[in-house]
Amino acid sequence: MTAYIVRRLLYALPILVGVNLITFALFFVVNTPDDMARMQLGAKRVTPEAIEKWKAERGYDRPLLWNGSAAGAGKLTDTIFFQKSVRLFAFDFGNADDGRNIRHEIVSRMVPSLALAIPVFLIGIAVNVTFAMLMAFFRATYIDFWGVVLAVSMMSISTLFYIIGGQYLVSKVWSLVPISGYQPGLDSARFVLLPVLIGVVSGIGGGARWYRTVFLEEMGRDYVRTARAKGLAETAVLFRHVLKNAMIPILTGAVVVIPLLFMGSLLAESFFGIPGLGSYTIDAIQAQDFAVVRSMVFLGSFLYIVGLVLTDISYTLVDPRVRFE
Amino acid sequence: MMPVVLWTDALLWLLVAGVAGYALYARKRPHLRAPWRRVTRSTAGMISAVVLAAFVAVGLLDSLHYRPALEKNDAEGRTVYAVEVRSALDALIEPLRVRTEKTYSAPLATRAYAKETVDLADGTVAREFPRLRNGGAHLASEDARGRDVLLRAALGLAAAGVAWIAIACAVVWRLARTRGTGFGSMWGSVWRAETEVPWAAMLVTVGCMFGLAFPVAFLSTGYHVLGTDKVGQDVLYLSLKSIRTALVIGGLTTLVMLPFAVLLGISAGYFKGWVDDAIQYLYTTLNSIPAVLLIAAAVLMMQVYIDSRPELFPTAAQRADLRLLFLAIILGLTSWTGLARLLRGETLKLRELEYIQAARAFGVGDGRIITRHILPNVMHLVMIALVMDFSGLVLAEAVLSYVGVGVDPTMTSFGTMINSARLELAREPMVWWALAAAFAFMFTLVLAANLFADAVRDAFDPRTRVGVRGAAAGRAA
Amino acid sequence: MAAAVGAVAGCGDVWNDPYPAAERGSNTFYSSFIERPKTLDPARSYTADEWGFTSQVYEPPLQYHYLKRPYELVPQTATDVPRARLFDRDARELPADSPPDRVAYSEYEIRIKPGIRYQPHPAFAVDASGKPLYLDLPESEIRKRHTLADFEQPGTRELTAEDYVYQIKRLAHPRVNSPIFGHMSEYIVGLQELGATLKAENARLADQHRARYGPADTGLPWIDLRDFPLAGAEVIDAHTYRVRIKGKYPQFAYWLAMPFFAPMPVEADRFYSQRGMNDGRNLTLDWYPVGTGPYMLTENNPNARMVLERNPHFRGEPYPAEGEAGDREAGLLADAGKAAPFIDRVVYTREKEGIPYWNKFLQGYYDQSGIASDNFDQAVRIDLDGEANLTPEMEARGIRLRTSVGTSTFYLAFNHLDPVVGGLSEQARKLRQAISIAVDWEEFISIFQNGRGIPGMGPIPPGIFGYRDGKGGVNPVVYEWIDGRPQRKPLETAKRLLAEAGFPDGRDAKTGQPLVLYLDTVQRGPGDKPRLDWYRRQFAKLGIQLEIRATDWNRFQEKIRQGNTQLFFLGWNADYPDPENFMFLLNGPQARAKTGGENASNYQNPEYDRLFEQMKNMENGPARQAVIDRMLEIAREDAPWVWGFHPKEYALSHDWLANVKPNQMARNGLKFYRLDAAQREAERSAWNRPVLWPLALVLAAIVLGTIPAVRAYRRRERAAARPAQRAA
Repeated sequence: MTAYIVRRLLYALPILVGVNLITFALFFVVNTPDDMARMQLGAKRVTPEAIEKWKAERGYDRPLLWNGSAAGAGKLTDTIFFQKSVRLFAFDFGNADDGRNIRHEIVSRMVPSLALAIPVFLIGIAVNVTFAMLMAFFRATYIDFWGVVLAVSMMSISTLFYIIGGQYLVSKVWSLVPISGYQPGLDSARFVLLPVLIGVVSGIGGGARWYRTVFLEEMGRDYVRTARAKGLAETAVLFRHVLKNAMIPILTGAVVVIPLLFMGSLLAESFFGIPGLGSYTIDAIQAQDFAVVRSMVFLGSFLYIVGLVLTDISYTLVDPRVRFE
Repeated sequence: MMPVVLWTDALLWLLVAGVAGYALYARKRPHLRAPWRRVTRSTAGMISAVVLAAFVAVGLLDSLHYRPALEKNDAEGRTVYAVEVRSALDALIEPLRVRTEKTYSAPLATRAYAKETVDLADGTVAREFPRLRNGGAHLASEDARGRDVLLRAALGLAAAGVAWIAIACAVVWRLARTRGTGFGSMWGSVWRAETEVPWAAMLVTVGCMFGLAFPVAFLSTGYHVLGTDKVGQDVLYLSLKSIRTALVIGGLTTLVMLPFAVLLGISAGYFKGWVDDAIQYLYTTLNSIPAVLLIAAAVLMMQVYIDSRPELFPTAAQRADLRLLFLAIILGLTSWTGLARLLRGETLKLRELEYIQAARAFGVGDGRIITRHILPNVMHLVMIALVMDFSGLVLAEAVLSYVGVGVDPTMTSFGTMINSARLELAREPMVWWALAAAFAFMFTLVLAANLFADAVRDAFDPRTRVGVRGAAAGRAA
Repeated sequence: MAAAVGAVAGCGDVWNDPYPAAERGSNTFYSSFIERPKTLDPARSYTADEWGFTSQVYEPPLQYHYLKRPYELVPQTATDVPRARLFDRDARELPADSPPDRVAYSEYEIRIKPGIRYQPHPAFAVDASGKPLYLDLPESEIRKRHTLADFEQPGTRELTAEDYVYQIKRLAHPRVNSPIFGHMSEYIVGLQELGATLKAENARLADQHRARYGPADTGLPWIDLRDFPLAGAEVIDAHTYRVRIKGKYPQFAYWLAMPFFAPMPVEADRFYSQRGMNDGRNLTLDWYPVGTGPYMLTENNPNARMVLERNPHFRGEPYPAEGEAGDREAGLLADAGKAAPFIDRVVYTREKEGIPYWNKFLQGYYDQSGIASDNFDQAVRIDLDGEANLTPEMEARGIRLRTSVGTSTFYLAFNHLDPVVGGLSEQARKLRQAISIAVDWEEFISIFQNGRGIPGMGPIPPGIFGYRDGKGGVNPVVYEWIDGRPQRKPLETAKRLLAEAGFPDGRDAKTGQPLVLYLDTVQRGPGDKPRLDWYRRQFAKLGIQLEIRATDWNRFQEKIRQGNTQLFFLGWNADYPDPENFMFLLNGPQARAKTGGENASNYQNPEYDRLFEQMKNMENGPARQAVIDRMLEIAREDAPWVWGFHPKEYALSHDWLANVKPNQMARNGLKFYRLDAAQREAERSAWNRPVLWPLALVLAAIVLGTIPAVRAYRRRERAAARPAQRAA
């Protein structure tokens, strides 16, 4: 299996190169390095020398993709693209265009992001599965019907409304949790409570409905009929057989997402003032900080690929029949 | 007036034509017709179809654009047209657009929402809530407002009743004619829900919608039914204008990414080998970039392109329109991979079928096989994808516009409405109506789309998991 | 959930306190910041937000008087405000009122107070023999340390004149890249040359360095600026230095109150220049300032919060003993003579969104707040005479409102390179005047600023010399003076002017085509829509079609730089309270498209430019006023801008915060604030009682919801136990 994983990770290399190329192209079609310099240097009294200086300091004074004036391999390597990309593969993100160290930033922002994302993920799965099991158990009754109606209604409401409404009621009117902000350590619970609640509630609609179809599909299978025919109680059928077998789609659906939890949730972080990676990314896009955007895209793609590999591995764990070729 | 065809107009009508064309095509082929017929039997599906149709009608009316002629002709007597672009919907609800106030006013209010310094008749000044320029301006005394509102609402209801009876009779008459039964017996069977297609439920839905729309229309001639926003524009007008934006994003995204998805998906499945590898590499790469980043970067890029070439876009409407189209393309680019993967799988299955193998053996060209045999048999996947993705894309637009990488700020959309309404919530007293209006309209639209999508999915093989692409767009949230 | 929240909250009565429980009751001032500061290096930082931090840490020789208005320079670390001594070409001293063309250079001799000490910082640490501990560390030693606290032993030393001179030299340092280098090198003798010398030296070092460490390495070795003399800034003795300025430049004294001229200890520069310091640790002058001021930066986390703590070595500055009229009544003189600072700790929390910010202020978690436009109705009502007062609810909470006149101006500029709206032709001028009348800034202020502003009559805002109040200051092109107040001219006048300009009813008189104008604006987000709609409506009043090109800041700047615009909206914040700093925005030789100057509209009127040269070096007085009046007259007639408005600044503060007086020019007033932490505690608990019934309701709903479910479950179980089922 190790060989398989290594091969998969090697397969990731061309993808990461492609990702880098796309990011790079998108960014520099929009921005010349001059634009970036001006953005960083501010509005008042910016001289052309200052811009040249800024570019030289950060290595943006090279040609973008092809250096005609360099010799030999330098034609390809002495370019912004090569210089900026190659270090990413060693996870050396360098400094942001505003001068701060990116790795430092990512490490310190990861904790708040995870403090928000992991509870939303775990509680979300628990609540959705419970809700879906209820609907599946009471299938074809009014509970199931209204449950589906509720789920569809809930997924038809924009996340924005959940956030705006939740913040208004819980924080402002009822004074139950701080409106925004973050403190490290145990204290963080007070700050992430509301965003987690909102994250879970806004996910119930789509999640529960999806799990419900998974369960119903599973309940239509022969072994369930057999189990019932043996006179097994409905709850026993549901928990012992259906849930166990439905774990495969649930697990595989979930595992892909796990690495992406690191990337933080964009909306919640910016609404609730949580200094995580999601708001870092948004800030960087707005400030057109190429160094940060590039690093975050790279990290995101890398984690996505890790997610795919993890999914494959989890297949073998839940279903021993699957073997790696 | 001079008709103007914006890019999104053209594409939206093309989409309508495409759907109609597919319907005609599928009509003649029973294996394609059967699942759609199942859709028409679903009560929830058909109710939501009626609601969706209303939204689509508003959106399509708003997609007939023209430049109004100016009053005076030029020196040589030719008609001169305004630069401003309006739509048929604008013409229809002209009063809503024109009758603006200075700033906020509550629904059905006659006075402004904030105090202002007013010159009194005796030369002194006072701080008070000034009367609105248009809202309730026809009232001689403000005490009469309650009576006036009730009267208008009642008139509206009456008109709705008349219109509904007319429509119901027309529908039943038509049904009776096609089946060759009498009007009376048909009427009875419709209301006893004995028809296969749930006509009764659909007619009730139409009735409810009329019951809402007519009183609102009657009221809006004299009031701002949903209040006004910060610069005094009627919120009802803004909400109606937002519908088109939502439809364009929800519908055109699938349309514009169709060529990619179809071409790449089918070629990957049909040719296999290195073509398949290359295409799979392409979509894994695209998929692995966090969607928001890709969208944000692409939107910024497109904005710069537009900004640096003002000569290509003479009017703000065209610029906003192109930005909207680009947004649809970008959303499409980030989400075509799901459909492409589905098409690939389906093609892989189809190409092994005997008649296709036989065609190959007879030396029929690849292009011909694809267009003749494969494409028609995967088109239903495209239609399902269109329906499935719609609601997710509408929701994504709101979030993107909220984050600032969505539609042009001069364009009305649910996202821009929510964005400005959010600040209004912090006012005291709270300005709630813009947010409520955006919520109600968006919720109705998305709910109807979701229910319709459910009906479509149930009608086709429930195991066709086409909802993957929606999740990709939803990643933006 | 209730229990969980309560438990985490630590103590029972307040659940929504965004700060750690340990901080309760401490003498801490809470404020916020929006943008991440980009740099806190005093030679580089040039934004008001960053100055909010640097002004507490770095002390330039001068400052603005905390209470007096109009703004007045007073000494900070200097013993007195230096007077310029003027010299002619032969180094003979001239009288102070000499005409500018006779003055060859002027000298400022600045004496600083002895005994001022720096904050504790490892750069100053010395061992028993007086040898610096951390200035020549090998790279391996630095690699072991990750934060400033890892350099265990802080030190301090006395402030010297050398430090001020060192900082002035830093303005020319090619690695520092000071934004004011270009401007200052026109004035400070020898600065330009020093810049060139340093550039050559830097390049030489860089070549050497690259040969050793490879081309990508950025950790260049330190340059000791003491080895490079600067004729314009010389140390006289330990506490005196002299700045020499080319010609006469009376505004230079204002620059001495800005952080650019704060002292920079050579040890600090050397400390941070050591190899490895910036390597993944952000240990640079950009993030860790070293100063003599009342506070020092102890926590620098620009993503979440910045914490300032009292500098233990601060000398203790006496609270000012006199102010302007009304200050005594307002209680602003109660602390006269007491040693500042009064607050021990300052916590700035990052707050990107307006709503949380405002709500936290109302909950008592911020001590001070500006007012966002949308919250204005709740906070403030305008009295009959135009004075702003708080609403009764706010007054009941003890919140206090202070207003101050802004030293900034916002305007809608016409690009004078544009063939339609630009130039000094009669036609274009009338078109501009027509638009100036039509764009109703009074309405703009009332909708978007909630009355926080006064319509502009010219570039100079109130509070700056040259501004005239009342009838004399009215712009006669746009306003009429009726019943003792200015009244915007009727729209008919604008329409008439437009017709005279050749566009009757907004249509070209010759071709009949509608007149289309283009407005460039920076688009910050979808929230801009109302504003853009409003602009369009103003032009529609004249029948002019306005096309808005909203774009990002970069693109916008570039368009202006290229002169590739027609109309655009821009603002200017004063660098210093002198009319020159506003009038130069219309000075022809500083046109943006030609010279990259600050005249973004590229307006050029020879007479205005001539008068500007004359006015710029004059002392304030009737003669200067006369010149300014004439210049304003010209500018109003030409209407190069639609004179927009001068925003009024309002600051709200809670009852427990004393000695607050808004100051537009300086940001170092924090040291004079005083707060009553006990009162704050009491008010916070009174205002933030958690409302618990919704929690109870949710619990009840869950319990009630399970009853039918359980019942249905029983039924189901019984049905399932039977052999035949219907479900499949």
